[in-house]
Amino acid sequence: MADNAPAIELKGISKAFGPVQANKDISISVMPGTIHGIIGENGAGKSTLMSILYGFYKADRGEIFISGRKTEIPDSQAAISAGIGMVFQHFKLVENFTVLENIILGAEDGGLLRPSLAKARKTLVELEQEYGLNVDPDAVIQDLGVGMQQRVEILKALYRQADILILDEPTGVLTPAEADQLFRILGRLREEGKTIILITHKLREIMEATDTVSVMRRGEMTATVKTHQTSPAELAELMVGRKVLLRVDKKPATTGDVVLDIKGLRVVDDQKVERLKGIDLQVRAGEILGIAGVAGNGQSELLEVLGGYEKATGSITLNGQPLDLTGKGSDGRTRRQRGIGHVPEDRQREGLIMDFSAWENTAFGYHRAPGYQNGVLMDNSAIREDTAAKMQRFDVRPPNPSLAAKSFSGGNQQKIVLAREIERNPDLLLVGQPTRGVDIGAIEFIHQQIVALRDQGKAILLVSVELEEILALADRVAVMFDGVIMGERMSDQTDEKELGLLMAGVAA
Amino acid sequence: MDVMPKWAEVVLVPLISLILAALISALVILGIGEDPIAAVELMVTGALGSTYGWGYTLYYATNFLFTGLAVSVAFHAGLFNIGGEGQAMLGGLGVALACLLIPWPHWTLALLGASLAAALFGAAWAAIPAFLQAKRGSHIVITTIMFNFIGAAVLNYVLVNVMRPAGSMDPATARFPEAVHLPTLHDILGVVGISFSRAAPANITFLIAIVACFLVWLLLWRTWLGYEIRSYGKSEPAAKYAGISPVAITMIAMLISGALAGLMAINNVMGEAERLVLNAVEGAGFIGIAVALMGRSHPFGVFLAALLFGFLYQGGAELALWTSIPRELIVVIQALVILFTGALDNMVRMPLEKLFLLLKRKEA
Repeated sequence: MADNAPAIELKGISKAFGPVQANKDISISVMPGTIHGIIGENGAGKSTLMSILYGFYKADRGEIFISGRKTEIPDSQAAISAGIGMVFQHFKLVENFTVLENIILGAEDGGLLRPSLAKARKTLVELEQEYGLNVDPDAVIQDLGVGMQQRVEILKALYRQADILILDEPTGVLTPAEADQLFRILGRLREEGKTIILITHKLREIMEATDTVSVMRRGEMTATVKTHQTSPAELAELMVGRKVLLRVDKKPATTGDVVLDIKGLRVVDDQKVERLKGIDLQVRAGEILGIAGVAGNGQSELLEVLGGYEKATGSITLNGQPLDLTGKGSDGRTRRQRGIGHVPEDRQREGLIMDFSAWENTAFGYHRAPGYQNGVLMDNSAIREDTAAKMQRFDVRPPNPSLAAKSFSGGNQQKIVLAREIERNPDLLLVGQPTRGVDIGAIEFIHQQIVALRDQGKAILLVSVELEEILALADRVAVMFDGVIMGERMSDQTDEKELGLLMAGVAA
Repeated sequence: MDVMPKWAEVVLVPLISLILAALISALVILGIGEDPIAAVELMVTGALGSTYGWGYTLYYATNFLFTGLAVSVAFHAGLFNIGGEGQAMLGGLGVALACLLIPWPHWTLALLGASLAAALFGAAWAAIPAFLQAKRGSHIVITTIMFNFIGAAVLNYVLVNVMRPAGSMDPATARFPEAVHLPTLHDILGVVGISFSRAAPANITFLIAIVACFLVWLLLWRTWLGYEIRSYGKSEPAAKYAGISPVAITMIAMLISGALAGLMAINNVMGEAERLVLNAVEGAGFIGIAVALMGRSHPFGVFLAALLFGFLYQGGAELALWTSIPRELIVVIQALVILFTGALDNMVRMPLEKLFLLLKRKEA
């Protein structure tokens, strides 16, 4: 084994699913002790490539070398024994087991649990000291935050003696602070000689964390460059295949009357925990109010109240008329009739029925609207036509109204939701995490649509955990922490640092 | 995602499942020393070889159509209604009350009134578990099963203590008056000059069941209410987002489901027995679950599956009558069909999906 052999080398990997060429003749080599980024839009073939490396798929052609030695990886067991560890985007942990139990799960020595646990505890302490990965071994997973759960996933891989760690979109669920911590841990792992492959679609993470980066587009590896020799703009262009605007192009807002007026809004959840503790907010016509904050500080509840599916006390008026917060009129249908559009935070859970076709989803929430009815029956052909037109205008690909929502990419799913909500011409549009899990090409389009709606004089309430997105889109920013508004700023008179302090609950 | 063409999904998978069930059944028949080919011949001639056989096959199929539709509607709302048996029993009580208490001038009016009563009683019996599910979160599977037992006990009490004619030793109601007797297929087909067995119990309810199939299809795929039912069944959080009330949809879907199960009583109580007897439903409520599973909860699929189970019921009865194959074996055959089409669905589906993937790749 040569000393300077790459930790992983792929040569000419190809993989097709039916007529779709997911990976085409891909070759990369990653040196030991480096962090290698793989960036590309959704559907570019990143996940397929990593699944081949982890033994989920078998490549049609091509070879894999681990530390210079040709290795066959028919299944994940083989990948683990070759020293490859994988941290998935969706954690694979048993919620009601402790950290320790999760770590030994599938790697127990013998039938008795006690000696395995004792051994694991010892190893865990060593690992913690070596890499600065502090986790309470006796904590139950469901009591831990997502950042901690991710550490457990990393520890699981390290416990199985992984030298090569693959992380698939690791920051998708993390707050900015948690993401920073993760990157510190990854840095430490690199110093200790581990090799890390970071799959992401976020340019900023690539620039901050990686040594080298490979760009994938439509199943091909379009470039591999040293990170310090490239720029976000260049990477974006390589990913999308054309020049991309990374800044949102918008004029200063011309604001009108107050559209949404929230006073003293309180929400108490089923566990009697107060989620919103007296919120006061105003959104005017023609402006975008961004709600910044770490996830779980009441933003979701705020959207749910406004969307009509969470009860609350206090008062909300829309165009001067009060909204019903507890009674018969506090449902999504009434809210829509009042002119509130809602792009929910989790489009796959709330915004779409994944098994329904695009046209059925386009009627979702508006399925009783007069234009979609034909006597007592639904006018399915009218909905189809409407959907086809909306898909055209919002550049949904493929523009096929009969295709199930789950068959579209994340960005195109979001465009289906956005088209549905925006084209109803709402007075107030609620937007939650508009670009979560959406590729760069689509992000640009989605941002443009939101700004265009603002420029038509509509009020927009934007909730996002991506501070960058808030700063780029919003005209005014309110920061939420623990159910209260910590402060409001004009977005051109503040910066990430100031907002970051407010997000941490530090009053300025 | 969709690796298989639709026709393979809808036709090929159940068909292969059925063939497998038939093969295993043949082995079992061989195992007890009988001739499976002769058995199949007997079943086919017994169930489909005469208008008498058809009359029974369609009569059973009618029962399964209603209970199958009942399970399907609830299933689209994500609710597993195991209570078709009890709801059909209570539907029978509704029919008996309507037929005995009201002096109907003509069977058409009686049919309308009795249908209404059957649907109302069935729906009412489903309403309590539905309410408990919607408001208290008590699991519908548990409560509907319990309501089957309660229903049986209620019927037992009512037949023995309340509705049994004085002096009768039989726990059953009096015969319904002549005016409420429903036309059989013999009467109906006789009008257009087709001769159909006089003795077979198939009656006008079969036609009503076909109409019910169409109406259920219309409801689920062509009305906003059906759209809301299906949305809620797929995703509760999404339904809430869209302004669909989980409580309302749970109640409505279960009421429709219970009403459909109750309507079965038109066939067996009003159309066939012409009085209400103990255990009138004879397990049709449970067969409905298998029918819905096999029919993929689609009215057309339910129609085909109900016919198949009608055939199995009648063919099985013939088999028990004319051979030394015991009655229990028929239950084994039915169980095998349910096992393969319902529970072992993936066993057929997965290799088939692989096959189609392979074919696709070859093309490319």
